[in-house]
Amino acid sequence: MNALELRNVRKRFKKRRGVWVDALDDISLTIRRGEVVGILGPNGSGKSTLVRVISTLVIPDSGEVHVFGVDAVAHPKVVQRNMNRVSVEASFFKKLSALENLLYGAKLYGVTDREARERIREILEHIGFDYKRAQEPMEHLSRGMQQKVALARALLTSPMLMLLDEPTTGLDPRSKREVQAFIRRIRERHDASILLCTHDMREAEELCDRVGIMVDGRILALDEPRALKERYAADGRIPDLEEVFMAATGYSVEEAAAEEE
Amino acid sequence: MQPALSRRPRWMTELIAVWGYVQRNYYLTRRYWMWELVWLVYTLMNALAITFIGAGVETLEGGGGIDTARLMTFLLIGALIWSYLSMIFDVISETVSWERWEGTMEYTFMSPASRATHLLGMGVYAIVYGILRTAVVLGVAMLFFDLELSNANYLSALVVLAICSVSLVGFGIVAAVMPLLSPEKGQQVTYIISAILLLISGVYYDVSVLPGWMQWMAQFSPVTYALDGIRSALLDGAPLGSLRDAIWPLLLMGAVFVPLGLWVFHLGERYAKRTGKLKRSG
Ligand SMILES: Nc1ncnc2c1ncn2[C@@H]1O[C@H](COP(=O)(O)OP(=O)(O)OP(=O)(O)O)[C@@H](O)[C@H]1O
Ligand SMILES: [Mg+2]
Repeated sequence: MNALELRNVRKRFKKRRGVWVDALDDISLTIRRGEVVGILGPNGSGKSTLVRVISTLVIPDSGEVHVFGVDAVAHPKVVQRNMNRVSVEASFFKKLSALENLLYGAKLYGVTDREARERIREILEHIGFDYKRAQEPMEHLSRGMQQKVALARALLTSPMLMLLDEPTTGLDPRSKREVQAFIRRIRERHDASILLCTHDMREAEELCDRVGIMVDGRILALDEPRALKERYAADGRIPDLEEVFMAATGYSVEEAAAEEE
Repeated sequence: MQPALSRRPRWMTELIAVWGYVQRNYYLTRRYWMWELVWLVYTLMNALAITFIGAGVETLEGGGGIDTARLMTFLLIGALIWSYLSMIFDVISETVSWERWEGTMEYTFMSPASRATHLLGMGVYAIVYGILRTAVVLGVAMLFFDLELSNANYLSALVVLAICSVSLVGFGIVAAVMPLLSPEKGQQVTYIISAILLLISGVYYDVSVLPGWMQWMAQFSPVTYALDGIRSALLDGAPLGSLRDAIWPLLLMGAVFVPLGLWVFHLGERYAKRTGKLKRSG
């Protein structure tokens, strides 16, 4: 059974009167169990909308979303239990400590304090997060540390499908590497299938089994990084993923990232 | 990989989630304790000031014939019950705005805990917190004033209050949907509703002094019946059996507002998820 299966999913949003945008334009996508699939795309290409549709926060206009064989539109509660998400912004109660945020997050998934505490300690230790700092208000932690807590929050509920929406965007290089190492670890130790949206070519290449390139709500190409490179090979030279991205989207990665702020 | 959690029955995971919401709110109250203190002082001063109006009336010309102790007790009950009930209403109707402001909205809405669990968790917290806060204010007020509670029937008053809390939770849930549909305007509407409740429900006067159309509106406010029942119980020692006129409407409103609120909220949530109004960024 596939971890995730999208068939002809469409979503339009109304921007202003009479102006609509196709955030998802006939998307079909499959993630096999245990697979890590990356989606690379410039700003506004629909990556976050894709993640929201899967996580049941946005109801698609048409098409089907199945998570481990369960229809996510018809049975959101069943699907929600089996997945979790990390987004660009950390999304925590700023004044509460990491520990309090984690205990709360876990309970929404039916994980008791006792079970959660044990796992929190274990997870935080593994990622080199000083447990003492888990008592400090979130707003005192650096962005990198907050992102680690966000990953811990997702892991706590033992998700079978993890949705990572630009988990390393805006982090300094060191935090970025640490968070990437954490993702690699999740991939190795846990039976989780992962959808990773990112602007970072290297990240996609290093962490993902397959990478898709998304532009204007459509996935233009989806393949193993090596196959993608070969497909876009020019004058006998194998391009790197960055060049593939440019060839497919007409944007440079810098342009894509610059629009962000 | 999937430990005991997924094998837990649904009702148990929902109970754990209710506790999650209550505990989270407790944590928040603890972190924002300075604000809590400020609100407590504010509520207390407000209740004292209003009760002093009763004493003030005595000194007015022609005010001599008034039963001051009774008037003061009447006013204090109004102030306390209103602060309690309006707090329940505010906590619940601010559920969405609060999460939006903290940025946790999407994580709450993508969790498997049901919306009923979420809103009831908020309700449980609001009730417990409201009772504690009201008790403090009452305690201080009793030191200040010579109240007329000699033949009060506390049991009747508590029963009415308990039933009314449930209707108010339902009322709050109906209102809570508005900030979901329209982030800013929605919350503004809930504050107006709260203000109207204060005006029409006879918090500091008998409803009969209001113009006819306001009296007509008053019959739809659970606060009207709560105050009626509680005042009869505390001032006149009315036994439970004689409070039918207050209890029945409250039970009815609770039975209507809670399911109605959950249903309306469900529709609102679907609408927000279809139009992308839940959150718009990232
Ligand atoms: N809730 C919404 N309401 C209206 N328009 C929306 C909404 N969500 C997304 N859009 C629009 O849909 C398109 C895709 O947006 P989306 O956020 O999915 O892109 P993205 O690839 O995640 O971009 P970024 O890299 O900036 O995060 C954009 O044009 C955006 O303005
Ligand atoms: Mg995005």
